[in-house]
Amino acid sequence: MFTNPQYGIFVLISATLLTSVVALLVAVPLGLMAAIFLSEYASRQVRGWLKPILEILAGVPTVVFGYFALLAVTPILRLFVPGLQTFNGLSAGLILGFAILPTIASLSEDAIYAVPQSLRQGAYALGATKRETITNVVLRAGLSGIVASIILGVARAVGETMIVTLAAGQNPTLTLDPRVPIATMTAFMVQVSGGDVAVGTIKYKSLFAVGMTLFLITLVLNIFSFWFVRRFQEKYE
Amino acid sequence: MQTNSPAVGTGTAFYVDNTDYYYGSFQAVRDVTLDIPERKITAFIGPSGCGKSTVLRCFNRLNDLIPSAHIKGRITYRGVDIYDKGVDPIDLRRNIGMVFQKPNPFPKSIYENIAFGARINGYKGDMDELVERSLRAAAIWDEVKDKLKESGLSISGGQQQRLCIARAIAIEPQVLLMDEPCSALDPISTRSVEELMQELKERYTIIIVTHNMQQATRVSDMTAFFNAEPTEKGGKQGYLVEYAPTQTIFNSPQMEATQDYVSGRFG
Repeated sequence: MFTNPQYGIFVLISATLLTSVVALLVAVPLGLMAAIFLSEYASRQVRGWLKPILEILAGVPTVVFGYFALLAVTPILRLFVPGLQTFNGLSAGLILGFAILPTIASLSEDAIYAVPQSLRQGAYALGATKRETITNVVLRAGLSGIVASIILGVARAVGETMIVTLAAGQNPTLTLDPRVPIATMTAFMVQVSGGDVAVGTIKYKSLFAVGMTLFLITLVLNIFSFWFVRRFQEKYE
Repeated sequence: MQTNSPAVGTGTAFYVDNTDYYYGSFQAVRDVTLDIPERKITAFIGPSGCGKSTVLRCFNRLNDLIPSAHIKGRITYRGVDIYDKGVDPIDLRRNIGMVFQKPNPFPKSIYENIAFGARINGYKGDMDELVERSLRAAAIWDEVKDKLKESGLSISGGQQQRLCIARAIAIEPQVLLMDEPCSALDPISTRSVEELMQELKERYTIIIVTHNMQQATRVSDMTAFFNAEPTEKGGKQGYLVEYAPTQTIFNSPQMEATQDYVSGRFG
């Protein structure tokens, strides 16, 4: 694996970045729409069965998601995307998006649901339509919780292992092309620690370096989300 | 909405004709008949659970937001049945503003709190000018003119309530509904809101729900007294006892229940 032992961590970070961005492009719009639908539009019955289904999605083992991406999603995508290889960042990212979707949808829904009814009534009383009330008042009031849910989703996407290891490959490449095999930080760690690693070798040490970097990334995300929530949270009596 | 009454400004704003108010099959308020005069302040008083807020929230159809809520009977505004199929509640609410019991400014800047209503109503004029005019009309301009970019939640409760009044009058409604607007305010803030109401009634028809009988005597021209009686199922049902000029209600009411209530014997 170390044909060029100085290839550095950036090939891994770029792969993690790529799969996470693809995942967010799927999970943020779908998750927010699901949250808005559940809290503002769905009837009590629909909410009663839709929310548990969404939460079941969070309980699917990620190894299942990973093989689904590799064996079902990639072959289908290859019909539409020219040059898509068997292992690629695109299908891994898409399925990763569905894996973090419940996190974003469920926590955003809690944030939206917690917006006081009096604010909605205030908007309606000014002659706002339902859509104007949601986009201008409800989402703004729930913004801190929504952003926190997205950051938690990002942290999950960055740390997610099985899906990207199985579907994106284990071939470190410095690229942002979603069609080719890449190795994320987590996939690298699986690959290295899966074999026999002699203590004290460069492989052994690189494991800890990558693990530390991963930890720092999620730590920074959490600090940012903590700051953001404190800064933008509205206090309602 | 279309207004085709010939007597705009002098006559009757709302006419409530023998109306009952329901939540599902539960009749919350029964037998309400009254006419609300234009450009006067009408107060609704009565003990808790008598349905005065329920009645108020039907004037701008805000009770439509509760799926089970509905009315039987007729409420007309300037001759138009507001529950008619042809009336869009969105349009109705653009003409009939509301101020709530607890100040509920939006989590936006003070400026945006005013501008929001104007913008969704398609206001094309000078927004800065509208914001200033509305805040001046609500007697809060001097207190907030240097912090228009700050959050509407950063000011005191009394200021928030006047901001909410400014927000309501920025879209130039014809009627202002006030649901216990001073119940969360201290006496000084209450006084400034009451003085403001006296100025506003030159231009707006005002209906105020209040728990405070002194407030009703201070500000209102007409007073409706609602009472509540227990139902067989354990809930409370409200009904209109008496509706007359405020002087009459407080000095020589026709009904014994009104006399008992205004003299403080219950409630």
